[in-house]
Parts: sequence; C-alpha cells; structure tokens
Amino acid sequence: MALDNISKRLLKEIADLHEIPNGAVSFRKNGKGEIMRSTSNIEIKKKADKPGIDIYVRSSCQNEACHIPVVVSENGLFDMVYNDFYIEEGANVTIVAGCGVHSTDDAGHDGIHSFHVGKNAVVNYVENHIAIGDGGHKMLNPTTKIDIDEGGSMTMNTTQISGVDYSNRVTVANLKKDAVLTVNEKIMTSRFNVAKTDFKVTLSGESSKCKITSRSVARDESEQVFKSNIVGKAECFGHVECDGILLDRAKIDSQPKVSARHSEAFLSHEASIGKIANDQLVKLMSLGLTKKQAEEKIIEGFLK
Amino acid sequence: MIELKNITYIVQERGQDKVVLDNVSCVFDDKCVTAITGHNGSGKSTLTKIIMGMITPTSGRVSIDGVDVTDMTIDERARMGVNYAFQQPITFRGITVKDLIDIATGENNSVPKACDYLSKVGICAKEYIDRDFDKTLSGGEQKRIELALSLAKKGKYFIFDEPEAGIDLWSFDRLNSLFDRQKSYIVVSHQEKLLNHADKILVMKDGKISDYGDGKKIMKSIKGFACAKIGGKDGAR
Repeated sequence: MALDNISKRLLKEIADLHEIPNGAVSFRKNGKGEIMRSTSNIEIKKKADKPGIDIYVRSSCQNEACHIPVVVSENGLFDMVYNDFYIEEGANVTIVAGCGVHSTDDAGHDGIHSFHVGKNAVVNYVENHIAIGDGGHKMLNPTTKIDIDEGGSMTMNTTQISGVDYSNRVTVANLKKDAVLTVNEKIMTSRFNVAKTDFKVTLSGESSKCKITSRSVARDESEQVFKSNIVGKAECFGHVECDGILLDRAKIDSQPKVSARHSEAFLSHEASIGKIANDQLVKLMSLGLTKKQAEEKIIEGFLK
Repeated sequence: MIELKNITYIVQERGQDKVVLDNVSCVFDDKCVTAITGHNGSGKSTLTKIIMGMITPTSGRVSIDGVDVTDMTIDERARMGVNYAFQQPITFRGITVKDLIDIATGENNSVPKACDYLSKVGICAKEYIDRDFDKTLSGGEQKRIELALSLAKKGKYFIFDEPEAGIDLWSFDRLNSLFDRQKSYIVVSHQEKLLNHADKILVMKDGKISDYGDGKKIMKSIKGFACAKIGGKDGAR
C-alpha cells in the first residue's frame, strides 16, 4: 500500500519507518484500520465490539517485532482505540506503537492499551507521540494497563516528542512474583502545551521490581505535571526518578510518591527540576558552541 | 599574546566588598609555558576565568593578539583559539566522550581519530569513546578526558586549571610532555614538578601579582615550594 506524504512523515517520526514494515502490523489511519497483517507467531484480530485490536503473541515468538502505528490527519477527528495484548508464557516481543497527529484544526487520539504479560515473557514496548501542523488543539491521551505474571518483564520507552497541545498519559501496572517493569519516559513541551503523566505501579509479588525514569524539558509557557506512586505490597524494589529542565516561563510539578505496605518493601524516589546548569553551558561554550547551540546539545543529551 | 590591563574584580560577601583581583596587569607570552601559582584564594583561577570570559571583571581590559576581548563571550574567545580545561571537569547526561571531541574539533571524527586524542592523555580510548561523560567516570578519568578535549580543540592558547589535581603519577609525568612550546600554555598549579617545567612563573598573593618572571629564577626563590615564602615583586607589571 502506498503511503501519502503526511503518513510517511508521521511514521518516520513515531516509529522511524519509511514504509509499512514486514512482519506483524496494524496501521490505523483516521479511525480506520488500513492494514492488518498477522504472522505465525503474532496474531492480530479486529475487535468485534469496539474500535481496536487484540494481539496474541505466541510462546513461539522470539525476538520478533510488531508495529501498530496510528495516524490522525483529519481535522476535527478524535480517534479512540482499545488495543489488548496477550503475551504468552516465555514469548519475547518488541511492540512499536505511537501516534502522530497532523492537523490544522482540533484533532486527537486516545489509545487504551492493556498488556497481559505471561510468565517469563519479555516485552519491549516503544511508544512515541508527536503532533505537527499549525492550528487547532492537538490532544493525545494514552492509557496503558499492565499486568505482569511471574518472572515476566516489560520495558516501556515512551516519548512525547513535540507539538502535542494536551496530553494526559496514565499508566497502571500490577506485578507478580519476580516480575520486572522498567519505564523510561521522555517529554518535551513548548508554547502553551500541557502534559500530564500519572503512573501507579503495584508491586504485589515477592521480588518484583520497578524502575521509572522520567526526563522532561519544558519550554516557553508550557506546563507539565508528573505524578507517580509505587506501592510495595511484598518484599520488592521500586525506584522512581524524575528530572525536569525548565526553560523560559515554563512550569513543572513533580510528585513522586512511594507507598510501602510490607515491611520488606524497599522503595525510593528522586526528583529534580531546574534550569540548565550554567557550568554545563560554560563548558560547551568554551569548546566553541554558542549559548543557543550549547542549550540544544544539553537538552538533546538529557532526552537521549 | 594575552594581555591583562588593570584587572580588578570585586564580589559582594556578606554585604561587604571583597577584592578578589586588585588592579592586575600582566602579559602572557606566546609559545611558552606560564605557570600561575600562589595560595588558595589568591585569585589564580579567577584570573584565568577572566581570560576565558567566564568572569567579567569589575574593571580593566583583556586583549588577545591585540584585540580587546573584554566584552566578547566565552564562545567568541574559544573561536579565537583560547582553550580551557577546568579544575573540576563538568559532566553531562547523555553526552558521550566522542560527542565532546566532535564539538571540540568542530567535525564528526572517525572513531580512530577521536581515539587518538584520548590516547595522548594515556587512556585506553576504545573503552571510553562511547561512554557518557558523566559521574560514572572516576575523577581521574574525567580529568584526563577534560585535558584531551582541550588538546583536541585546535587553538593557540591553552589554559589548564590545576591539571594535575586528581590524576595519578603516571599521567602526571605525561602531562609535562603535552606542553610542546608550539602553542602557549597557562597552567594554574601548586605542584613543584609542574612549576619546574614552566618557562615563566606568575605568583599571586591576595589578589595581586607578587612575582612574575623566569621560571627557574622564581623556583629558586621559592625553593622547597612553600606558598608562605612567596612575596617578592620582581617581574610584576
């Protein structure tokens, strides 16, 4: 299937794809499933009762990728989709999701993703969000629900690159014995963007582990709110760190919280918000970069 | 040639004026190693930071090769060929050693070429080239990479603020060999071994130059190197 230029550009930004890739794919554009392709190890089915897909990743799936990008390029469209992922015991899969919005008027996408990660399964989940095009209010509200069975692990790399006027990303997870969840979040806001993030992770099983790292840069008049709560209900380890760089007149609220409900729970958090360290600017300027170039380099590294 | 004319730097400390540099004038000659030494707090580092533009003097002028640079920014001076290695290297998140070498040289270096710069300061380049220049590196590693960056950046003037601090003896011996006299080096140091290698020594005391002249002569006058003995005025301008 030939892609239009807007879809190509958005796919490049959210999934680093130039074309629809081989393998398991679900490409959704303007509220409709444009392409859906299963493989022997990854089955993708359209939901019968509501918009969205069910993805079944078989135990036989080892180091395969599944791409499920969404593009919204129709003015006035607010697409809502429910995607459920069933990862069988011992499977190892990379799922590349993400949404790109291109509009000159209001538009948006709400994606509700539910992960059922089986015993000893490994999931690498990549989710990128971007909005482009002048005019309108672009909104993205991803919700991610995660259940990880014994010994399973999931790494979630979530990035909001730019241009999203409003986002409210909610992640709720429950981890059983020996399960591991690693979250790396990167957010960049500018102009009057508002970005909210809310994580709630419950460490229910013995020796379960969770680490959440959030890096954000807020420019212009934008606002960010980071909330997280790691609840330890067993002998477990949880750590959250959120660092924000403030530029211009932006605002960041950071509320990392840890809640121990078991005497052997080990939970910690770190948070820092501040402008770019002056000594870092001075160092790069002493190597010949202008102040502006030095700022960009520091931000690029911070969000890398 | 770098020239400082009547440099005074005053800061506010507990509501009072504190004179950090008091009407300092001096010339740093080309193609030689000039060491700046003196007590802690005597104004050595401040002097070099004023040359680089990191600190704006309260009064006085700085010129480089006859051009008044007092109002120029750090990067403008860097592009004129002035390089600066910090006493405490500045670390970054997500910026690799190679990124910094590329910035310093102004080009995207091949890995072997980037490694050459690191090898000059005695570290096994391949282990470091892709590492972030962050606090996971030891103080000695940071320091040597900092020196490598300064050397990688082409230029005419190299300012090293206590380059020996935090590096092991082996690297220290190698340090002097970096000063090739093809360029101009201004080195803030307390170390006798390094001062012995200097063509000229400038001694700071209480924000003023107390001595400045031929390195060997000044080392004789401060034999055994005790800062308390520093106090003459020969050579100061």
